[in-house]
Amino acid sequence: MRQPKQRALIGLALIGLALAILPLVVGAALGNTWVRVLDYALLYIMLALGLNIVVGFAGLLDLGYIAFYAVGAYLYALLASPHFGLHLPAWVILPLGALVAGVFGVLLGAPTLRLRGDYLAIVTLGFGEIIRIFLNNLNAPVNITNGPQGIARIDPISIAGHPLSRPLEIFGYTLSGVTLYYYLFVVLAIGIIFVGIRLQDSRIGRAWVAIREDEIAAKACGIDTRNVKLLAFAMGASFGGVAGGLFAGFQEFVSPESFGLLESIMVLCMVVLGGMGHIPGVILGGLLLTLLPEAFRHGAGPVQQALFGKVLLDPESLRMLLFGVALILVMLYRPAGLWPEARHRRELAEK
Amino acid sequence: MAHSESTGAPLLAVMDLRVNYGGIEAVKGVSFAVEEGEMVCLIGANGAGKTSTLKALARMLPAGGEIHYAGRRIEAAPPHALIGMGLALVPEGRGVFARLSVAENLAMGAYHRRDGEIAADLERVHELLPRLRERARQLAGTLSGGEQQMLAIGRALMGRPRLLLLDEPSMGLAPLMVQKVFEVIRTVAAQGVTILLVEQNARLALDVCNRGYVMESGRITLADTAASLAADPRVRAAYLGE
Repeated sequence: MRQPKQRALIGLALIGLALAILPLVVGAALGNTWVRVLDYALLYIMLALGLNIVVGFAGLLDLGYIAFYAVGAYLYALLASPHFGLHLPAWVILPLGALVAGVFGVLLGAPTLRLRGDYLAIVTLGFGEIIRIFLNNLNAPVNITNGPQGIARIDPISIAGHPLSRPLEIFGYTLSGVTLYYYLFVVLAIGIIFVGIRLQDSRIGRAWVAIREDEIAAKACGIDTRNVKLLAFAMGASFGGVAGGLFAGFQEFVSPESFGLLESIMVLCMVVLGGMGHIPGVILGGLLLTLLPEAFRHGAGPVQQALFGKVLLDPESLRMLLFGVALILVMLYRPAGLWPEARHRRELAEK
Repeated sequence: MAHSESTGAPLLAVMDLRVNYGGIEAVKGVSFAVEEGEMVCLIGANGAGKTSTLKALARMLPAGGEIHYAGRRIEAAPPHALIGMGLALVPEGRGVFARLSVAENLAMGAYHRRDGEIAADLERVHELLPRLRERARQLAGTLSGGEQQMLAIGRALMGRPRLLLLDEPSMGLAPLMVQKVFEVIRTVAAQGVTILLVEQNARLALDVCNRGYVMESGRITLADTAASLAADPRVRAAYLGE
């Protein structure tokens, strides 16, 4: 009994250590651009974990998920920028963002309770676009969102009076701003992972899975499907709201174009590609779909230069092409995702 | 399980039940009753409205008319509240949770319960359906059709039902498996659970039940004891293939 527990603790300590030195190594070897990429990867992992609750656990296909990210981001932007002259601390705004996004989740969920599958997808897609279009146009008659120009000069997130955007000197060693953000995001991502795991094993988690598998049988088992579905929308949305707030503080700028349909689809791809309903798989999906395109963006030009002596194809368009091919290959050869739940994989193999 | 309120009223009484799908009336005002401890079947051809009737009873479909269950009107009760009153549904097509294990499926049957007797009831279900114990860790989706039907019944029993609504338990099963499923249903009835069975296999249904109702295009056309129905020339001609 003691041995495995000790081993698990040692394993966790090693993972913690690896996560702690990762940005330092990456920063030294590849430069701070890549630490910034890691920061974005962590934000996407948080988003994917939130969407995983809705899509993976409860089986509700949501194509407008990025709207909750937008709600969180704009809430932060409005409450901590010169736009309204408000400068609330992040520790007030982030929980508030979770709450407000959760309320938006319920607002979206309530009219779609009877819908499933494709129909639900279409309605949620519409909802995502409505939010984006509102953000784009709420600059007149009263300027709330500053329209397409977006909101700039947002306050960075500060801890103990130190804005994370500014480098910090510790023991003669300078930690860059992106590294400081990395540490904050890692801690929050771990928190979100922990909440996700606890939810999965909870009574609510079981109810979500039951609804995903068979809604009528779930009702017959005494599950209040309406409330349980709304809870899935609210929980998923609140994860997105937190990630959105972090995004706004990190970028110090938000505009509606960051929250388009493509972003929703990207996050959905992370969930599906990694392994729907399986938290480690979803993390892997988030990581791969942020890191690989980025690596490709930087790598494709030089590689072509070396092979053909000139750049034949624009890396940007090539990136989307390869992305599509990769998706098709995964769906052909690993239909349950790259790292699905062990028993789900078994079931598919037996079919 | 002793039930105190034996006022003489039937456990389930349905009055003028109507179900509409858009403009089409699938159930056109049916009335029937099931007494405590009885085993009653609704038989009829495909599309006669049997499943719609059962779904309306389980509050899965909006319906007009009155449903009295255990001295209460339940036509406005939310569907998830019924199992707490002892009204359990084994849905058409079994409705097992395919990506949960057999044990987890059974546990879901006791989802609404917070008493300490769930383990004892699980033991009872395992005694009745030993195959489920053997396959406890297997995913429900990998079971055979017959085993899934057994699991669906077992899951409903985990909710401690007083009245069990069974929707086409023989559907899609091999003849031998159908026999086994019906044996289980008979045992459940013998243990004191009242049963309302919807079934296309009229011969089998009339064989195990006390009384039966024949449904035809949304109406009840015949109502009698199972033995008399089985002997009725009209039933024999239409549903028993003679």
